[in-house]
Amino acid sequence: MIYLDSAATSWPKPPEVLKAMVDVLERAGGNPGRSGHRLSIEAARVVYDAREDISRFFNISDPTRIIFTSNGTQAINIVLKGLLKPGDRVVTSSMEHNAVMRPLRSLEEQGLVLDIVPCAPDGSIDVNDVARALNSTTRLVVINNASNVAGTIFPVAEVASMAHRAGAMLLVDAAQTAGVLSIDMQAFGIDFLAFTGHKGLQGPPGIGGLIIGDHVDTSQVEPLIRGGTGSQSEIEEQPEYLPDKFESGTPNIVGIAGLRAGINWIMDRGIETIREQEKELTGALIDGLSDIAGVQIYGTRDPENTVAIVSITVTGRRVSEIGFKLDEEHGILTRVGLHCAPAAHKTIGTFPEGTVRLAPGVFTTPNEIKEAVRAVEKVVGS
Amino acid sequence: MTEYGVVLFYTTSSAMRAEKLLTKKGYTVKLVPVPRQFSSDCGIALRFDWHHHEQVRSELDKAHVEMDAIHHL
Repeated sequence: MIYLDSAATSWPKPPEVLKAMVDVLERAGGNPGRSGHRLSIEAARVVYDAREDISRFFNISDPTRIIFTSNGTQAINIVLKGLLKPGDRVVTSSMEHNAVMRPLRSLEEQGLVLDIVPCAPDGSIDVNDVARALNSTTRLVVINNASNVAGTIFPVAEVASMAHRAGAMLLVDAAQTAGVLSIDMQAFGIDFLAFTGHKGLQGPPGIGGLIIGDHVDTSQVEPLIRGGTGSQSEIEEQPEYLPDKFESGTPNIVGIAGLRAGINWIMDRGIETIREQEKELTGALIDGLSDIAGVQIYGTRDPENTVAIVSITVTGRRVSEIGFKLDEEHGILTRVGLHCAPAAHKTIGTFPEGTVRLAPGVFTTPNEIKEAVRAVEKVVGS
Repeated sequence: MTEYGVVLFYTTSSAMRAEKLLTKKGYTVKLVPVPRQFSSDCGIALRFDWHHHEQVRSELDKAHVEMDAIHHL
């Protein structure tokens, strides 16, 4: 079996991640910040240590600005629903995932004004178009760091400085890049970063987070949910302190422990090493598939400008048939269809059929890429 | 017998941060449930040797760890 669906979720996980998750239940099974006994304190330590490692990894100085969520989608929703008011303008791109588009469309019905920057058919964005879309009433710019359909990397730092010049803030959806591309919140000027734990960060599903830039005034963001935090228990209103304001209810300490182990595993290996390895695999995959007659490859086709995601279609064939045969006859696991991103497919010209998406990960080998290319060739020729 | 003091915090995260920082500086501290005679925002307090209360306060101030209060036990 060859797993080429790392853009949906990475698999397998580093053994250290599994170990950390078992360990936290065995050793630190209390409810963090609630009870004050040794197991509760130990659990709180696990959570706090994870905040510290994550703030180091994404370069922010205040660990309390790491808000744990159950996934990237929830993190995006906190910002969109907590910050935006009717009448505000939002600039976004035509390459966004539904994690961004659906909450934005729902807010649009309540009076939010959306400016969607059209992207090129290869999935890339022209920053001049972003500049043109911005105006003095733009409250927020929301873009992905790399497309989950075409893999195209967006120039986040450039967009950040443009947004700031216009007086807007920037929310980055890092679902496809956290753990794969180096992300420096301070150097890039990112105000809000939404990440998921179960993809490039090598953690388990069910854990993600929102990172709030050191300078961002959080009083302007309403929490998505309110409830028990273990703090200010005598008061029936939500506390304003971070991270408690945005973290009601018992946190997923097992997920947090796994996420932390994943991040430490990446830091040990070096994110640059991981990126180089993925570039090579992506390049080999694009090269191999380019030689097969009838196969169209989407995106920039340049591994420098793309993460390890290669979307293809085959002339005259359904993507579902290709994906099914790759799995059934060759043990190659891909994802087919629209990948929760209709806007992106309209942009690259693959709506409503979708694509077959091949997404290698950190454990994919060059030989597996060769085998996958051979399998696509066979399926296409059959 | 050691005379203790406790630092109270607004959030568990601050308590964790304080514990880490002071342990690293060589102070003997312990996270304990907040003594009920004090009202606190977060359930955990940091117990320390009262002889060091000035240093503890100054270390936490220097590192911008948010504190609710410091009490002598």
